[in-house]
Amino acid sequence: MKEGSGEEQNVAPSVYSHVSRPGSHRYKSAKKGLPFNVMLVGESGLGRTTFLNTLCERVVIPPREAGNCEQAHIAEPMQFKHYTVDMEEDGMKIVLNIIDTPGFGDGIDNENCFTRIQEYIEMQYDNVLAEENRIKRNTKFTDTRIHALLYFITPTGHSLREIDVELMRRLGSRINIIPVIGRSDSLTPRELVLFKQRVMNDISANGIPIFNFPNSDDDEDEESVEENAELRAMLPFAVVGCEEVINEEGRPVRVRKYPWGVVQVDNDEHSDFDRLRYVLLNSHIADLRDRTQNGLYELYRTEKLSGTNIIAGTAAATNPAAVAPTAAATGSPVVQPPMVPQSHPVAA
Amino acid sequence: MSAPANDSQDYVGFDTITQQMERKFLKRGFNFNVILVGESGMGKSTLVNSIFSSHLVDSQGRRTAQEVIRKTTEISPVTQTLEENGVRVRLTIIDTPGFGDQCNNEGCWVPVIKYIKDQHAAYLERELKPQRDRVINDTRVHACLYFLNPGSRGLRPLDVEVLKRLTEVTNVIPVIAKSDSMTVEERTAFKRRIKEELVFHRIAVYPYPSEEDCDEDRALNSSIRDLVPFAVVGSEEIIDVNGTPVRGRRHGWGVINIFDETHSDFVHLRNFMLRTHLSDLIEVTSQRHYEQFRTSQLRQIKELRAQQAAAAASGGIMGSMPQQVPPQVPAVHQPMA
Repeated sequence: MKEGSGEEQNVAPSVYSHVSRPGSHRYKSAKKGLPFNVMLVGESGLGRTTFLNTLCERVVIPPREAGNCEQAHIAEPMQFKHYTVDMEEDGMKIVLNIIDTPGFGDGIDNENCFTRIQEYIEMQYDNVLAEENRIKRNTKFTDTRIHALLYFITPTGHSLREIDVELMRRLGSRINIIPVIGRSDSLTPRELVLFKQRVMNDISANGIPIFNFPNSDDDEDEESVEENAELRAMLPFAVVGCEEVINEEGRPVRVRKYPWGVVQVDNDEHSDFDRLRYVLLNSHIADLRDRTQNGLYELYRTEKLSGTNIIAGTAAATNPAAVAPTAAATGSPVVQPPMVPQSHPVAA
Repeated sequence: MSAPANDSQDYVGFDTITQQMERKFLKRGFNFNVILVGESGMGKSTLVNSIFSSHLVDSQGRRTAQEVIRKTTEISPVTQTLEENGVRVRLTIIDTPGFGDQCNNEGCWVPVIKYIKDQHAAYLERELKPQRDRVINDTRVHACLYFLNPGSRGLRPLDVEVLKRLTEVTNVIPVIAKSDSMTVEERTAFKRRIKEELVFHRIAVYPYPSEEDCDEDRALNSSIRDLVPFAVVGSEEIIDVNGTPVRGRRHGWGVINIFDETHSDFVHLRNFMLRTHLSDLIEVTSQRHYEQFRTSQLRQIKELRAQQAAAAASGGIMGSMPQQVPPQVPAVHQPMA
């Protein structure tokens, strides 16, 4: 993360300083956790729920009730369900906000799912945009921009299906998409390697934008570059989730038991789960947040402001006292948003 | 053909009919037509190739980025003749690439239902010809393997829509082909759930209960119905397990033997389809599904003629005797939406 100028949380932020935009405050880790917002998308049965429960090591999303038979043929429209989990990773406190999308792809006609997700993502950007343009800003504003979208792919063994291509293509320029293979224990090691290759070929051939662990500008050290290359080669991440824990040599191990063997979720040879977890909650949490706030959001903002007629807020803030009462107005005047959108550098 | 040893003059000998029929049968061979319905990547081709122990069909799944994503369901029949101990079968496997693969799958079942009905129609047409062939080439679909998605909690909306329509025109056998990602508990729960939902939606899958069944048949059918949907694993690969060649899959955590009953229902499915119920599948197709189709078609023709007669009668001068309407079965037959 870029070093800020050490601004305190309760300074009325100036629009020009990118560090002090709403939501990019450096939270004091002792008190609050770092907010990290993740959306899970994928057809039912691919292990979204199990993945989250495994990630958080507790039952966050309870197993769905069987319900009655009458419900089977009724395609429930896709919903957005929110969960918040306090996590701690390597001493860092994280407030994990999950948005699950049960119902995605489960109906006969799923065309409108993409639009709805896109609208949802953009709504969070709109909230930030509106907040930025307020004359009197809320310093306790909660940034709900989504930092990553985990997209669960069916382990067909072939290439991408239409729904996979459409989703990633339509949303890839709005959000960091990390493709994931759900239920990956249905593929043998050889099939998995081939499948990953096919999926990545499909993604690059179709020009689909995903989060492919780009090296940011100040990543000069070889270690980061190497790490990113390694992670890129693992895409899409093959996950197996499970909630059963057994004791193996005194250690708790999360497993899935089959008549022919036992899959260990934390075993890197059995699944990429551990690596993905590390990426999300540790090594790349900053990158994902940064790219969302300073890259994807800016892109959206530019498109939106240049596409619409935004008239600058009429009333200039004349009375500094009228500005946020908690603002320690240390000489940073509240400025009206410019009529011409600034072109901010878009992070890679 | 040697007569039975019984030389007594009271021995009639009609019990040799089974051998006479067998000889005819061996000479003629028979047709067996199976349609595979399920999304791509469900393991359809691999399962069929495993059941018949030969590479009959190629997977039609999209393998390279250059291949275009299909926009509709295609019907892709492949016919081969297999022989076993002098018995010949003309086996036709009908694959349905594109089914259920789009974002909007509304109506993706229409080409499938149309194909099945078209075969009934073709058979009827030949049957109604004044000069019939001695043996009509039977292209009617005798069995439909319907592939369920492992991991879904039960039937999906698409499954319900399609199964309702499929079970009206052919024998449907639901299977889960890639069941190696389900634990035993998950499998049991899934099967129970599917059975409940099938009953609720009044979807009749094969085998059908019938009054003719003797106790033995009833017991066998009941045990088969218990297994539905068959949770199978298919494989075209022979792997080495401690020196023994095994048809299976090698995972990082163990080896699946598709013939092992604790690993999958494969053996039960194959025995059921080919060793115990093969002739029943063919017979039921003819006696139940084809008959239903035939009845409804002939009724439609009759009504059509009645309407024409009525129109002619009321039309007066212009209407002469309605010309004999040849059974234009394909024209009357409308694909059901």
